Amino acid sequence: MSSSALPAAAAPNEAAPATEVTTSGGRRGRRVTATAASLIGVVPFGLLVTFFLAIPTLVVIIGSFLDADNRFTLANVRGLADDVVLQAYWRSIWISAVTAVVGALLGALVAHAVSTAVEGGVLRRVITAACGVLAQFGGVTLAFAFLATFGFTGFVTVWLQNTFGVDPYGAGGWLTDTPGLLLVYSYFQIPLMVIVFLPALDGLRPQWREATETLGGSTVAYWRHVAGPILLPSFLGGMLLLFANAFSAYATAKALISQGSPIVPLKIDAAISGEVISGQDNIAKAMALGMVVVVAVVLWLYARLQRRTSAWLR
Amino acid sequence: MAAVTGGTRPGSLGRRRRRRQAVQRWVVVAVTGVFFLLPLIAMVEFTTRAPSGSGRTLDVWRTLADVGRLSEQYPDLLDGVTASAGLVVLTVLLMLVLLVPTMIWVRLRLPWLRRPMEFACLLPLTVPAIVLVVGLAPVYAWVAYFLGPSSLTLCFAYTVLVLPYAYRAIDTGLSAIDVRTLSEAARSLGAGWFTVIARVVLPNIRSAVLSASFLSVALVLGEFTVANLLSRTNVQVAINLLGKRDPSISVAVSLTSLVIAFLLLLVLSLAGVRRRSRGPRRRPDQTVLAATPVQEIS
Amino acid sequence: MRSTRTSRRRGVSLAAVAAGLAAVAACSPPSSSSSSTSNSGSGGASAATATSAQDLGGLSALETAANKEGALNVIALPPDWANYGAILDAFKKKYPQIKVTSAQPDASSKDEINAANTLKGQPNAPDVFDLGQAVAASNTAVFAPYKVATWNDIPDNLKDASGTWVNDYGGAMSIGYNAKVVPAPATVADLLKPAYKGKVALNGDPTAAGAAFSGVVMASLGNGGSADDISKGVDFFKQLKAAGNFLPVDPTPATIKAGQTPVVIDWDYLNVAQGKSLAGTNIDWKEVVPQNAVLASYYVQAINKGAPHPAAARLWEEFLYSDQGQNLWLAGGARPVRLEAMTKAGTVDKTALAALPKLTGTPVILTQEQSDKAAAFLKDNWSKSIG
Repeated sequence: MSSSALPAAAAPNEAAPATEVTTSGGRRGRRVTATAASLIGVVPFGLLVTFFLAIPTLVVIIGSFLDADNRFTLANVRGLADDVVLQAYWRSIWISAVTAVVGALLGALVAHAVSTAVEGGVLRRVITAACGVLAQFGGVTLAFAFLATFGFTGFVTVWLQNTFGVDPYGAGGWLTDTPGLLLVYSYFQIPLMVIVFLPALDGLRPQWREATETLGGSTVAYWRHVAGPILLPSFLGGMLLLFANAFSAYATAKALISQGSPIVPLKIDAAISGEVISGQDNIAKAMALGMVVVVAVVLWLYARLQRRTSAWLR
Repeated sequence: MAAVTGGTRPGSLGRRRRRRQAVQRWVVVAVTGVFFLLPLIAMVEFTTRAPSGSGRTLDVWRTLADVGRLSEQYPDLLDGVTASAGLVVLTVLLMLVLLVPTMIWVRLRLPWLRRPMEFACLLPLTVPAIVLVVGLAPVYAWVAYFLGPSSLTLCFAYTVLVLPYAYRAIDTGLSAIDVRTLSEAARSLGAGWFTVIARVVLPNIRSAVLSASFLSVALVLGEFTVANLLSRTNVQVAINLLGKRDPSISVAVSLTSLVIAFLLLLVLSLAGVRRRSRGPRRRPDQTVLAATPVQEIS
Repeated sequence: MRSTRTSRRRGVSLAAVAAGLAAVAACSPPSSSSSSTSNSGSGGASAATATSAQDLGGLSALETAANKEGALNVIALPPDWANYGAILDAFKKKYPQIKVTSAQPDASSKDEINAANTLKGQPNAPDVFDLGQAVAASNTAVFAPYKVATWNDIPDNLKDASGTWVNDYGGAMSIGYNAKVVPAPATVADLLKPAYKGKVALNGDPTAAGAAFSGVVMASLGNGGSADDISKGVDFFKQLKAAGNFLPVDPTPATIKAGQTPVVIDWDYLNVAQGKSLAGTNIDWKEVVPQNAVLASYYVQAINKGAPHPAAARLWEEFLYSDQGQNLWLAGGARPVRLEAMTKAGTVDKTALAALPKLTGTPVILTQEQSDKAAAFLKDNWSKSIG
């Protein structure tokens, strides 16, 4: 095998249907029945998704077009154009994008460090287990832990003040503002990336690297022509997951920044659980619909980017 | 075929690289480790703070360690733990039985379904749980009607919540191997689809399946919102109630649940490793893989 | 080939959407039908419509019916809120046959209504509510009217004439503070001083949480505003933020105990309870109701119309409005609705009464109209000023 064979292999998946369809037209009838038969294979999963995902999502989507008396209205969706709401979307997207990029890069770095360890070794097992847990850690307790660490009276803050005379709060309460959210979100984003990206790194065979070296390729060449193209789709996929993960997170943010609902999930929470202003349930649904749309757009961009980069890497 | 022997006979280049990797590894692990440990240390510090403000005490942990009295005073806690244990098993099972084969199947037979499926699997992350519950409510009215109000029925919703993470992990694993060639080879040797999925593809994405299971276990053990809003119980709901008694205890139990989840995953990873070392003969098919160009990447 | 493929795909997705829609439409009936089946068990049918214990043949008949049901679902009752921990314990002790399930202790008033809708017809739906006035006012349709035995002791302005809802306990907005860390504030404006830098937290977002909403109204009263004009309150928090004193953290007992939120604006009974639980520690938690900014408010009791345990729900109300229940609220620093009548009758817990926080000035209680107006103002201005 040669290293040059590999990048070519990184053809975009979109090509797959085309190759599948190259059978002659006369067999089309059989093909359709074969596809129909194939569809049976996805029925069990489809049922679960229909009942526990599609229906709930549809309830939300339909609800966003209804008023309090269940009559059709566009008022809820129009409410999304409000300045404060748009700002919340913008900030949500920005925070999610930044933590997705930073989390994916750092997560990939850690994952790579872990992947070079002996498979089945203690270090690797401890780190993957820890990442699994931390990836799902959040909420009031995480916010509390960060306040106790980096907060106004947090022990790292106090230590910095006492040891170096540095006051991290000279510029204001950063932890309970956007920078704080970025830091706290990294706490679950990085481990999540580690755990979803590790299988991709495990797929790299050491033999490929040795083959590259045997053929005189440098480390840079290996990453550029061999590992990169193979890992990139998974990397982008991981980044997409991280984006969505940060986009929908709210419990931690709620505990840390309870004022003004600066991000969309907090706005939704306030609309649905708020006890001060009534009749906002369907506005909450409209905001959720907006979130679905944002993620759909990001997914579309991701699909395009993936196609573009695979062409570029070739 | 350097691939076959290369792994076992590292050249001097490889050795130097390996040393460099080891250094890199420990630097990365140490730096990130500090960041990840600091907040946990803060939690430990808080729970061991003596009431007077100076000095340390283990009173909080002693209260927690007294499991007998705790479960007597808080029967809810035991209910929650049992429910969560059942939910972990059911959710991971459902995920493995429904998602994994379907993903392999879609890759092999219905590639045009991949993007829609990827979007569907991201959906649970686009609708915040607080809103999703509104939509789940009518479905759960049916579920309660047929299966009763048991907390274990949450496993359906949890399987859906797990999808974004499990999908990503398994997709990554599938991308790293050549599913099509593997399955065609197996098919040409007379294997049925079940054999292809269960005995040919699955062993090759073990690490991915393990990642997916890890995330599922951790998610189920950490899930609070849906269970709470549907008035079901699980360990987080019980902990939340217990934590109302005393702030130090609430932080201590959260920390404990993290540690327990961590240990559980560690044991799970051991199980994964043991299964592999039992079957070293599987190794050859990976060597075959290494020799064939990877075609299906995305 | 491509085109047939895409059209097939479109066909499939259309079919999926159609099937989904059909399923959604088909989904509603069983929930309502199952609610009627689960309600009609073990003598509950008559209890579900009873508007007083007399309807069922007196308190002992109600107790029998409730014991038969054997369960009670309460919601949004944190044990450290208005002494609910002790109240629940006392109820369990008095009626050991009734298994009390306390769900969602952190839930907002709105969440209680949401739960009643979400869990409609299911055995774990809430039986009774403890709600903020605003939420109660807009959801009377889900309440079952009921008049407790002590109904006549409750002042007329604190109950609905038909018994659909009844006020239960109230308090005044206060400033809780750690006396070891900050000086005692006397007025709201004191909080702008540098001594409170990065230390002042409000219990929630005022556009969502009732307590925080009242906190803004209190700040308005203390800064020259009135019940009709809360803009002064919003301005105050804007200044507080500009001074770097406002901490946007959601305060919890843990953040208070860890010293992260040394000043918390919240109901006086919550700050009193906080002080009690921190007694003997290095945190000296005190509360003050600021001068001439006494904003008082009552919470509301109501029974869920679709309560899965209608008799137990009614028994719980009887318990809450009995002398024992009222004195338990009082012991938690809250002012129970029968306080005046009980003081007159001499059945009040005198030590608990004496321990109530002092109020200087006339308490202001917002009318529904004023409250709606204030809420609308906050909706338009809070995020802009603070976010």
